[in-house]
Parts: sequence; C-alpha cells; structure tokens
Amino acid sequence: MKRYILDPTNETTPSRRARLERLETLSGVTVGLLDISKPRGDLFLDRLQERLEEKGASVRRYRKPTFTKPAPVDLRQQVAVECGAVIEALAD
Amino acid sequence: MSDVQTRLVAVVKRDCPTCAMVVPVLRQIAGSQPLTIYTQDDPDFPPEMGPVDDSGLEFSWKNKIETVPTLVRLEGSRETDRAIGWHRGEWESVSGVAGLGSELPEMRPGCGSMSVEPQRASALRAQFGSDILGARRVELDAEDDFEAMWDRGWSDGLPLVPPTEQRVLDMLDGTRRRPDEIVAVVPPALAECSVEKVAINAVMAGCKPEYLPVVLAAVEAACTDAFNMHGLLCTTMPAGPVLIVNGPIRRRIGMSSGINVFGQGNRANLTIGRALQLVVRNVGGGKPGEIDRATHGNPGKLSFCFAEDEEGSPFEPLATSRGLPPLSDAITLFPGEGPRCVVDQISRDPESLARSFAVNLRTVHHPKLVLVFDAILAIGPEHARIFREAGWDRARLTERLHELLQIPGEELMRGADGIAEGVPGDLAGARLPKFGANGILIVHCGGGAGLFSTIIGGWAGGDIGSRPVTQPIEP
Repeated sequence: MKRYILDPTNETTPSRRARLERLETLSGVTVGLLDISKPRGDLFLDRLQERLEEKGASVRRYRKPTFTKPAPVDLRQQVAVECGAVIEALAD
Repeated sequence: MSDVQTRLVAVVKRDCPTCAMVVPVLRQIAGSQPLTIYTQDDPDFPPEMGPVDDSGLEFSWKNKIETVPTLVRLEGSRETDRAIGWHRGEWESVSGVAGLGSELPEMRPGCGSMSVEPQRASALRAQFGSDILGARRVELDAEDDFEAMWDRGWSDGLPLVPPTEQRVLDMLDGTRRRPDEIVAVVPPALAECSVEKVAINAVMAGCKPEYLPVVLAAVEAACTDAFNMHGLLCTTMPAGPVLIVNGPIRRRIGMSSGINVFGQGNRANLTIGRALQLVVRNVGGGKPGEIDRATHGNPGKLSFCFAEDEEGSPFEPLATSRGLPPLSDAITLFPGEGPRCVVDQISRDPESLARSFAVNLRTVHHPKLVLVFDAILAIGPEHARIFREAGWDRARLTERLHELLQIPGEELMRGADGIAEGVPGDLAGARLPKFGANGILIVHCGGGAGLFSTIIGGWAGGDIGSRPVTQPIEP
C-alpha cells in the first residue's frame, strides 16, 4: 500500500561547479594566505609566504575573525578580487 | 429573476435522535424543494429518501459540518444560509417552506458531526485539507517505513516517528505561527527553515504538538550569530547544544526538572532536544563525519534538554537572571559537554560548599586553562538548601565562585606541575580568572536525595566561539 511522509530536509540540491584551471606558474601571481585564527597558524603561513615569494609570487595575508565561524562575505569577496590563488591554513 | 439554481442539503446520521426526529420534516421539504441528504453512518437512513453515503465524511468535512442535523441552502455552489440542529423558525427560513414539523417541539439541539470527532478530525484534515503543507511528499510503497527513513539519512541513529501529513498537521496545531513562516537560517547549509520543517523534524523526534513552541524557540536561538551553531557543530570538542527551559510552560508540557533530570524517562525533555538536533541534521545538513568533526562527541548530542526547578529553587530562574521578566516562558541554549557530578556530602555551610564547587569548576577541560570555557553549575536540591538557609542568592554565590576562581599565574603557566599544557607567557605574580564575567550559569534542578551537584563544561566562549542565548518561547 502506498503511504506518504513529508521530507524533513531543506529539499535543495548542491550545485556542482568545475574547479578552476590549475595555475601553470606562481610567478607574478598574487597568492592570498588566509589565517583562520587558530593558534600557530601564523607560523605555518610565515613559512609558506617565504616559499611562495622565492617562486616569484606576491603574497597578501588575510585573517578570519574567528576559526569557529565561516569567513565573512566581505573578506571572501576581497580575497577573490585581490588574489589569483588562496591558501587557507588550519593549525593548532 | 435569478436563474441560479437553489437547492437544499441536509447532513444527518442515524445515531442522532434529533436527526431521527426530523425525518418527517425532511420528507415535507423534499415534497416541494430539491433536497439532497448526506448521511454519515447508515447509507439507508433516512429510509426511502435516497441519501448520499457520506460515511467517508468528505462532504461533511469540506463543508465544515459540526452538528447534525444541519440544513444548508445553496445557490449554485454558494452557501447562503444554514440551520444547525432543529429549530423550526430557522428551518423554515432556510428552506422557504412554511409549517414545518408542526407536531415537533419548537427546537431541539443536534448531535456532534462525526467529522469533528477528535479521533477522526485529524485524519480527515490530512486526507482532505492539507493544502497548507508545502514539503515534498515522499512515497513509500514496498519499503518498511522505519528502514526507509534510515536509508534516506534522516535518522540520528535511533528510530524515527514517520512524519505523515496527519501527524505534521497535528504538530502544527501546537503553534499559532504559520507553517510557511521562516524560523531561522540553519547552518551549515544556511538553509531557510520554515515552521513546517521544524514540525516535521519534531514529529520524527517524537514530540507532542504542545512541545513545538519550545522546539521553535530552540531552533531560533541555535541559529543566532551569538550561539554559533555552525562552529559548535564543526568543532572537534565534545560539546553540543544544551537546552534549559524556564517558565510555566515547563509544567504545562510535563517537563522534568527533578529526579534523573539529565537521564532517561521524560518524553518532553528527550524529544525537544532531539528535535533541534534533527533540524540541524536534516535542514542544515550537519552530520557527524561530514561537517560535525567531534573527536568524541557526547551522548547529549542526541538530546540534552531539561527544565529548571524554579519552585524549589533558592535562586531566581535562570532566564530571569539573564534579563527576561519573571514567569517568562524561555529557553536558554548553552554549548555544553556531558554532565559531571560534584560530590560534597560533608559541607553544611555555603562557604565550604562554594569552595567545593570552585575546585571542581577549575578542572573544566583542564585545570591549567582559563578564560576560554564557560560552565553550567546545576545545583541539586540538597545542596541548594544550604544556600537557602544561609540566605545566599544567585548573585552572591556567583560572585564568591568568581573570587575563588582567581588562579595564581604560576600554577597556570606552561610547564607548571610538569605539564606542558597551560597558559602561554610569564605569569609569575599574576592572578587569572578561570571564567569570564558571565561564564558561570547556575541552575537549580535534580530531585530527591543526594548532596550532589553537576558541572556541564562549555565550549570556546565569547566572540571566538559561542555565547549562551536566552530566547522567549512564543505560542
């Protein structure tokens, strides 16, 4: 016998987006380093910055107000506008 | 002259003495007017009048018949008049026939329509009147109901009550809010969540309709920026939402604030907390192993909800201490781990007992970590009596606990006591508080004997993580 129940979910389907093409070179690319405000994330990002700059990238640093919340929309927009690539650091 | 056809409809049931009494009247009307009779219980009643079988009650339900007999005048499909029960003058007015039932009494009340009998009404509404529901209907056929819900990923690991339209409509009776009203935007998917979606998950959790306002308030509180359900869900720490209910609604819906308050056995406590977690899972999409990254979690992430014992408390209710007017129905959400007992069976004065509380509170998450985690101190009635008899109110106890929890920096520094963990920097000569100014929430609960209280440790507090949120419960 057919029965009906109601869907408890939000009834949305995630949209699929293709990844961007992998960069062929870091030379001349602005790379954003996003610190999520976990302890010692800065140590990791400092070292990454050195390595990236050795490869000719220019580096911009960003920081989320707290690791417990998604990055504010304005910050995400700023990174997207100013950078060709971004690395987000999880640390502890 | 109008060419719209006028006709009369009567709704009756054999079981109703007034309906039986008016059968001659119906024959009298049928002699001069087009009359259709719908009968609810016996398709041969009234005899030889060709009644329409309404034992499925569709006509009665759709035409909002509450009493039988009811006589309705229709012009075209539009109802223009109605007589309820037997009243000669009204029947003559509705039918336009004079001299009806001259041998009958002037009036006699009717009987209840079968379509409004409580045990039938909710099924009829689901069958004929569910146009207020917007959620997708999921068809089950060969599948077992319980396995079907499990297979779709809706369960927290325990069986769910199937959210049929009838059950969801009944659940929605628990609130005055419209089913399509958006209650909150639920993380991590940041999905808009309607009253109806909360109701569906509340059905699955096992809630009764009268719990729904509490669940709605819990969802609203959880999805504030201050409470930060997103972060609480994602964290590797074992915390989840802890729900504390204040106000008269606690008693009205039968919540437990007494014996075994954090344990099993009370439907309201267990299903309200579960409903919030199911909303986060199903509407927000937050599931363990995906966005929920808890290393251990805790059993309270199935449901951790209780009421404060306000009546037996020496303190004002928690919600009142957090700024709401006395006697407010309110829910406070706290990001908490599992409960842990504080045993002190010897202290008989408040200073000694406060010191017992303080040494235990210091250990929340680590005795050498400060100013990160809040805590609930749930004081049992036999401990509370000591403060009542000494005249200590909530403010005095809270102040004393903060004084006792000023910790010498030398004990907190990394490496102190041979333990690498601790507060960074040179803290020699400093004193640091274990908790921030509002970091200790005192509630009174538990029941029966036992010189015990309970500590519920928090999660990252303040702006970096989560603040407790107190939300009024609206009907």
